[in-house]
Amino acid sequence: MRNLRFIGGTGLSATALSWANLTFAANKNGPTDGGLGMQRAVTPVMESIVSFNNVWLVPIMIGIVLFVLVLMVFIMFRFREKANPTPSKTTHNTMLEVVWTIVPVIILMAIAVPSIKLLYYQDVIPKADLVVKVTGDTWRWEYSYPDYENVDTIISNIVDIPVEEKQGLTHAQIIKKIEARPADEPRLNGRPYLLATDAPLVVPVDTTIKVIVTSNNNIHSFAVPQFGIKIDAVPGRLNETWFKVNKGEEGQTFYGQCSEICGINHSFMPIEVKVVSKDEFRRWIANGGSFGTQVSQNTQGAVKTVAAK
Amino acid sequence: MAVTHPEEVGAHEHKPPFLTRWLFSTNHKDIGTLYLIFAIISGLLGGYLSFMIRLELMEPGFQYFPDGHAFSAFATAHGLLMIFFMVMPAVIGGFGNWFVPLMIGAPDMAFPRMNNLSFWLLPVALICLIVSMFMPSGTGGPGAATSWVMYPPLATSGHPGPAFDFVIIGLLAAGFSSIFGAINFITTIFNMRAPGMTMHKMPLFAWGVLVTSWLLLLSLPVLAAGLIMEFTDRNAGTGFFDPSMGGDPEMFQHLFWFFGHPEVYIMILPAFGIISHVISTFSRKPIFGYLGMAYAMVSIGVVGFIVWAHHMYTVGMPVGLKAYFLTATLIIAVPTGIKIFSWLATMWGGSIRYTIPMQWALAFIFLFVIGGVTGVYLANPGLDTAVHDTYFVVAHFHYVLSMGAVFGIFAGFTYWFGKMSGYLYNKWLAAAHFWFFFIGVNLVFMPMHFLGLQGMPRRYVDYPDVFAFWNKVSSIGAMITLVGVIFFILWVIEAFIVRRKAPANYWGEGANTLEWTLSSPPPFHQYEKLPQIK
Repeated sequence: MRNLRFIGGTGLSATALSWANLTFAANKNGPTDGGLGMQRAVTPVMESIVSFNNVWLVPIMIGIVLFVLVLMVFIMFRFREKANPTPSKTTHNTMLEVVWTIVPVIILMAIAVPSIKLLYYQDVIPKADLVVKVTGDTWRWEYSYPDYENVDTIISNIVDIPVEEKQGLTHAQIIKKIEARPADEPRLNGRPYLLATDAPLVVPVDTTIKVIVTSNNNIHSFAVPQFGIKIDAVPGRLNETWFKVNKGEEGQTFYGQCSEICGINHSFMPIEVKVVSKDEFRRWIANGGSFGTQVSQNTQGAVKTVAAK
Repeated sequence: MAVTHPEEVGAHEHKPPFLTRWLFSTNHKDIGTLYLIFAIISGLLGGYLSFMIRLELMEPGFQYFPDGHAFSAFATAHGLLMIFFMVMPAVIGGFGNWFVPLMIGAPDMAFPRMNNLSFWLLPVALICLIVSMFMPSGTGGPGAATSWVMYPPLATSGHPGPAFDFVIIGLLAAGFSSIFGAINFITTIFNMRAPGMTMHKMPLFAWGVLVTSWLLLLSLPVLAAGLIMEFTDRNAGTGFFDPSMGGDPEMFQHLFWFFGHPEVYIMILPAFGIISHVISTFSRKPIFGYLGMAYAMVSIGVVGFIVWAHHMYTVGMPVGLKAYFLTATLIIAVPTGIKIFSWLATMWGGSIRYTIPMQWALAFIFLFVIGGVTGVYLANPGLDTAVHDTYFVVAHFHYVLSMGAVFGIFAGFTYWFGKMSGYLYNKWLAAAHFWFFFIGVNLVFMPMHFLGLQGMPRRYVDYPDVFAFWNKVSSIGAMITLVGVIFFILWVIEAFIVRRKAPANYWGEGANTLEWTLSSPPPFHQYEKLPQIK
């Protein structure tokens, strides 16, 4: 577990394994129904978050809660009126008071040091191989590639039916309605309802990608849990974050949801990210943002530019 | 503490006629009663709103709300009602008015007429808030769906209709009410303590209200400024928060949370005081580490002013700022830990009776520890990136508020009910209230931790099917909580119907603050001869 570097190699791997087993349910993507922990990590940043969560902070939290609970139950039993009819008059114990001030300080320092390491790893953006610009809009996301002018801005809408038609329907019924649409309208094709979009953000695997985020109107927040990123899209500001999807994740699709209230359809502007191999990404760019197999003549130059990167 | 001249009962029992007594009231106990009735009404309204939220989320899909706007309008009103119109009026206006003068040996509050104004601004504010739910928002249906944080541009250009103007006016009225109340408490506590009642002998509840009053006095004007800037952005063509006019929407978030973080301590510090008295009374022991307890509250109050941006880790702050806010926030865990361990040390060696208020207080300690450790969790920006604006945050702040502050309120209410009303309540009904409520709220909020870690965002009217299981569990918890609330109403009504007379000190040995030297209920004007504290 490479991420133990944030903890400094404490011998907590047993705890880590038991908790991790709850967390990484069978290598699947997205949330798990009834799941207890975080989603499966696919970037180094998210791996660090998950390991700090599973190996360090959650065990400490559970330890503190159990310590207080056990102590309290013991006191409640030992000093109940029947067992101890005459109360003591002790109101001070300097040693005890010093201990319960110092020990929490030590625990907090043991949390703060790896936490600050994680923060700087997450927030200091390494040299990027690709820049993606994300713009929040009410209520959809727009993706553009400032380095590649031949790729048009991708407008990414949820695959859904109008809200008036949804009243009282279960999700299964809504999905049935969507799948019964004419062929030229977007369908789910097995992707999860409320997460699938008509046009995903396409990024290459194993590439450091800088994300620049802004908004056209209300504040939104661009979040992909499995990447460990969440950054507000604020009008008039350019925020930035980064991710680098691990090798072996090509062909996978990851989902996120808008994470700052932005109005009536806040629940209906999901984020869909399709991770492809580097070669496929080059072809996709050369095709002007399309997965067609033919590379057209006038984008040959672009292919060379991409290949050089 | 030793009291040499306890009050002679009923020395001056002249009560004004009904309308004069309740509408133009200047008596701190009557105003306290009005605050408590007001808090119960707002609590039931806010509870109804939250119950509708849980019903909608019980299953994926749209069941009860026409769209996301109506849902968010309910959630917004729920948050504002519970914070400004339930918890604050109960702990500060209600118990504060009732028991601060009684505990410090004062005949009344320093400014009785301002006290009356403080209360009557609140119904005006509540009416504004309720009216706003029926006014057009300008986008979507009626009501303000900005969430209680009211960030622009959603709250300015995103809500052009009058609904949000009513929210602003209502909150300004509630803010003035609280500022007047804070001035009153600070003056009363500094100037009207009985002879011999030094600051370092003052009961911890009075300490809690004192620190809270300072927090109100210093933080509410900042909220008012932010709200007025939003008001002029909306109605007078200014552009404080509009980037196209050179403004910055994030500026509002700083103003809001400079108020908003002290606000959470405003809600919990008086509850800390109540819990201290309950634990001490039913352990039959003086509070352990009294001075440490008092100054822990003071330091929580002071540090509470320099940690606000930990609510804003995802807005795009410089990394150094995040590291600062992380460190400052973790520091708050130290005085909070001192309080928890001092309560346990108070019980240690005691002779503990498990009365109803003691059950609430013990549950408070345990659940507050859970809410506290998730607070430490959220202080870490690295992890907050994963759980920010998810149900993990909802779980955390409901553990400290819905279980912390509210359990503190119920502990105080069951502790002092006989003192305030003069009647004893039925133990079995009150126990049923406790157990249904305890099991219910835990079932509502514990699963939200898991939903949050899994990434379910807050303020969503509909969610992907993979979040269905824990949402269902949570909604079932809401129904159990509802049963608890019904038992609460039942035991209050039963006590007023059966009218079992409460003696002056119905808790017996252990209850040794000044209010227990008075009759139940206390005389209309107490301490005509001031008590002497040795």
